Amino acid sequence: MSAIAVRDLWVEYGDQIVLEAINLDIASGAFVTIVGPSGCGKSTFLRLVLGQERPSRGRLLLDGTPLPDEPGPDRGIVFQRYSVFPHLTVLGNVLAGFEFAGSPALGRLFGAARRRAVEDSEALLDAVGLAAHRDKHPSALSGGMQQRLAIAQALAKRPKVLLLDEPFGALDPGTRLQMHALLTPLWRQHGMTVVMVTHDLKEAFGLGTRLLAFDKLRHDPQAPGRYGARVTYDLDLTRRRPAPIAPAPPPAGPDAEALLPIPQGAMP
Amino acid sequence: MRRAMNIAPGRGTRLLLALLPFLILACIYVLGSAERRAANPGDKLLPPVAEMADTATRLATEPDRRTGEITLVADTAASLQRLVIGLAVATLIGLAFGTALGILPLADATLGPVVAVVSMIPPMALLPILFIVFGLGELSKVVLIVIGIAPFLVRDLAMSVGAIPREQLIKAQTLGASTWQTVLRVVLPQVLPRLIEALRLSLGPAFLFLISSEAIAADSGLGYRIFLVRRYLAMDVILPYVAWITLLAFLMDLALSRLARGAFGWAYDGGRR
Repeated sequence: MSAIAVRDLWVEYGDQIVLEAINLDIASGAFVTIVGPSGCGKSTFLRLVLGQERPSRGRLLLDGTPLPDEPGPDRGIVFQRYSVFPHLTVLGNVLAGFEFAGSPALGRLFGAARRRAVEDSEALLDAVGLAAHRDKHPSALSGGMQQRLAIAQALAKRPKVLLLDEPFGALDPGTRLQMHALLTPLWRQHGMTVVMVTHDLKEAFGLGTRLLAFDKLRHDPQAPGRYGARVTYDLDLTRRRPAPIAPAPPPAGPDAEALLPIPQGAMP
Repeated sequence: MRRAMNIAPGRGTRLLLALLPFLILACIYVLGSAERRAANPGDKLLPPVAEMADTATRLATEPDRRTGEITLVADTAASLQRLVIGLAVATLIGLAFGTALGILPLADATLGPVVAVVSMIPPMALLPILFIVFGLGELSKVVLIVIGIAPFLVRDLAMSVGAIPREQLIKAQTLGASTWQTVLRVVLPQVLPRLIEALRLSLGPAFLFLISSEAIAADSGLGYRIFLVRRYLAMDVILPYVAWITLLAFLMDLALSRLARGAFGWAYDGGRR
């Protein structure tokens, strides 16, 4: 179970209010997409759930218990950039998660424990289509492959919550569609709660079971920092189609294409 | 005509261009030396190359009559021992404190200001104190090298640690890494190439402190020798010694550069010119 509850959450930097009076209940296993204009606090919200930042007021609960105020293995993250370790190979990047857990002193596994971890890592790499690149360094991978690696890396810890901070923002449209096709089955299979921040409305509607729009409701031109953002739209996207998302029939028009999952065969 | 910044030499041209300044300098020396010898057969300022070669061979092959040791070998061994110990200790200090300052806000708050102040002390000004406290032996010379370059290494490394994207430290934590594991598996491997680069930059200052301390109080060493024979205007000893010191520094720099590229190839994939 991995339900997130947000109770009267405020975030203030000095006299600038970023988020005000946020109250949310995110169901376990939901795929929540968050959209909103730049600077509306959607990434701040993600960092709060991640534990990278603390709220000025209010509480965040994961399954009824307060979230730890530092990042931990129960919440995975994929950033837009710098998500993978440049000094490790593809396999080493995924292996790291297993090694941290299995070897507190050295952070490295040896012998049979390592072989097991390598097998698990290879299964994850296979799932994101990177098995053939296991010995390359991230600098030799394309942007889309690096993000796939970051996803595999995050899944290694079997997190309750997977946080995605504009993970596909720097990818070209075709690669982005491939990433969507990859992400949906992984989410269903791992049964995680996903919170994804994105600038792409099509992506937000196409992937999510629930869409949150953050924006400032009130605006004081003399004091832009006076009012923070709230949740302005909270759309249940499951009514449009059954959740979790079933393989959909081929889309009717070219416009609808991005809104629907791409068949598995579309992957390279 | 292309812009000057777009004209790059080929392999052969590059080699020729690299040799050219050396050849010109050598020509100037040989001509100057011959000129002075013609005017004054007893000139000591610019000894001919043959004379320097004779002296260098003698220093490098024949045992000294008083000590029984080969002068150049004994001097080089003494100097390199001081230099290597000093560099090693400074590197360890740089690694330990630099990493701590870079990753632990508490360590940075406590030690950051004091390191910033200490690094501003001119090390040569401390040499008399070192001689008084540690005596005139090996220790004071090693300590001078350490004091001279360790603060730079600490600050440089702390900055390199600080330059690791925050995302990677967060990612490590979401993968379950403790502070220690993050340091061991994420921070250190990424700053080691930079540590080697910083060490390369420190070679110059390290030699400066070595030669200085040897010049002031020592009974062996490369710096000791050139300052000793200065009294006799023995340029035929001084110039080969300077060339030898330069060669040693150059080879150490080259070895470190090779080490960095060999061991941390991922850090040099593309990006850099």
